[in-house]
Amino acid sequence: MADAQPRVDRSARAFDATAVRAWRRIDPAIASAFGCIVLVLLVGSLYSSSFLSLDYLLQQLKVASFLGVIATGMMIVILLGQIDLSVPWVVAVGGMMSTAATGWGPVGSVFAIPVGIACGIALGLANGVGVAFLRIPSMVVTLAINAVAQGLMVVHTGGFSPQDASSPAMRSLATGATLFGIPNAVLVWAVIGMGAVFLLTRTTFGRTVYAIGNRERAAYLSGARTRLVVMSAFGISGGLSAFGGVLLAGYASKAAQAMGDPYLLPAIAAVVLGGTSILGGRGKYLGTVAGVILITLLQSMLSVMQMPEFGRHVTYGVVIVAMLLVYGRDRSDRI
Amino acid sequence: MNSDWCYRLRENKGTLLAFAAFVAMFAIYASNHPAGLTVNVATTAANKGVLLAIVAMAQTLVVLTSGIDLSVGMVMVLANCLASTIVVGSATTTALGVVVVLVVGCVCGAVNALIVIVGRLQPIVTTIATGSVYYGVALALRPVPGGDVNASLASALTGQLFGIVPASLVLLLGLVALVWLPFRRSTIGRAAYAVGSSEVAAYMSGVPVRRAKFVAYVLAGLLASIAGLFVTLITYSGEASAGNGGTYTLYSIAAVVLGGVSLFGGSGSAIGAIFGALMFRTIGDLLFVFNVEPLWQPLFQGIVLAAAVCLGSLRLLRVRNRLELYG
Repeated sequence: MADAQPRVDRSARAFDATAVRAWRRIDPAIASAFGCIVLVLLVGSLYSSSFLSLDYLLQQLKVASFLGVIATGMMIVILLGQIDLSVPWVVAVGGMMSTAATGWGPVGSVFAIPVGIACGIALGLANGVGVAFLRIPSMVVTLAINAVAQGLMVVHTGGFSPQDASSPAMRSLATGATLFGIPNAVLVWAVIGMGAVFLLTRTTFGRTVYAIGNRERAAYLSGARTRLVVMSAFGISGGLSAFGGVLLAGYASKAAQAMGDPYLLPAIAAVVLGGTSILGGRGKYLGTVAGVILITLLQSMLSVMQMPEFGRHVTYGVVIVAMLLVYGRDRSDRI
Repeated sequence: MNSDWCYRLRENKGTLLAFAAFVAMFAIYASNHPAGLTVNVATTAANKGVLLAIVAMAQTLVVLTSGIDLSVGMVMVLANCLASTIVVGSATTTALGVVVVLVVGCVCGAVNALIVIVGRLQPIVTTIATGSVYYGVALALRPVPGGDVNASLASALTGQLFGIVPASLVLLLGLVALVWLPFRRSTIGRAAYAVGSSEVAAYMSGVPVRRAKFVAYVLAGLLASIAGLFVTLITYSGEASAGNGGTYTLYSIAAVVLGGVSLFGGSGSAIGAIFGALMFRTIGDLLFVFNVEPLWQPLFQGIVLAAAVCLGSLRLLRVRNRLELYG
């Protein structure tokens, strides 16, 4: 009897401790982001009851998945403490090269998607070489590569007038639905997302990415192959941006010059709203998912509410600042 | 005495290099221009160059504090739309309109500053978001391109002085003399450099960190609004174009880098950024003079930008210990 009493007590205390630990493990940023998603849905449903219907939500997820694929690459780069400003034209390269490959005939049609992604990886690796080996600030290198990609595409489209219609495979990937009516694009995002989670949490590569983001010098001194990791991270980001472009081209069934322009800032905003530190080294993929869905829903709700375009831009900016002021502040500017 | 000169030379290396590169490029441009270096050629080149130079100055002030302002382009667009509405009519209303435009620019800068300083958000994210807000306001002011501007003011500032000197260059000189030099020589300006070098060390040494950042962002907003005003004077209209805003923001970063200003903060000068901007503009004009097919121009411009950026990594050749790379 005297034995039993403390044992019960201890297990109760142990239970308490687990609960507290589980509670503490919930990232406040991610929780707030999901809270905001619920809030947006509730406000939206006041305007239109179809806001909560399954069809609408699946449609939103489908639109979100394009941004989601692009934001995945952006997140890996931001975790390094860098940034990728080459998204607009790498997206366009992905879309335009894949549609151009479609024009090469049946063989090209098969290789359309890999060709688009490969071009994006090549541009991303060029970014990576500049950042990792030439030690140029990423903001500048990616800007320059963005300009080069734009120049390449202007020459390509103007000089060779390639086909701009997407292949059937691209269209079905972006607009079709196979499994229980879940859009293919969402499945693609899910696969890429799981790949990213595996890469970031279960591999040396992922650990090194976080380590470099925290302190590159320390990561280098502890024997991590920092330059290789930084270069590959930019390669991955380029490939995913281009894949986003492939999906977008499939969705719109054609590729266009400025198709990537509206994706740079939302991608950065989604990653940061999801609690990833813009300084690198801190952040979870779940947060990026929340950020992507939140931004997509916000944009959709503002258009459902038939807010004029200027109001949409203002609200968009104000909401981002307001949310970050709630949970994204630096600890202190003193030291 | 000798070492003093060496020090000054080393400190201003970026500025001097940018100046030399610009002079060389402009000489090639002018000597190959079909019409030669006439007053009109110079004025057109100056107007385009000065516009980017002012935006680059704005960007420099923020970059020196190791921040970044991705909203400069949007502040410029907002000022453009506002100016096309209120800088009209008699001399008094025009003057009043100019003042209002400049005040709005300062307010935009102050909003950025407050969010960064008091709100403790990262400058890059803050200015992305505020840029969206400023663009929204610009769109509300001018849903479709249009508007007008006081014609005599426009021709005075975009024409020539005494028939020879492009007035825009005088405006640029005036801005350097009235905004940049006082800033650089004041305690606040030195504090801005200190904050950019090391915020912790600056704070520990009793440097007014917050005030320095605030002034830098506000002056950046002011300069961006002057650029917007100048756009209005050149085009005689206002347009809320997101593309224009984004392009000028990106070009301003390119100009700052070409002008030898460190993106990590604490080194470089707005003079360098001005020559970086003029150089960037001359690259485009050079391609035109040499009859490069218009189709290939963006590619060449991109490659030149990439090559110029890569030149900065020549310093790696002097690194003895690889640890020096990871600051």
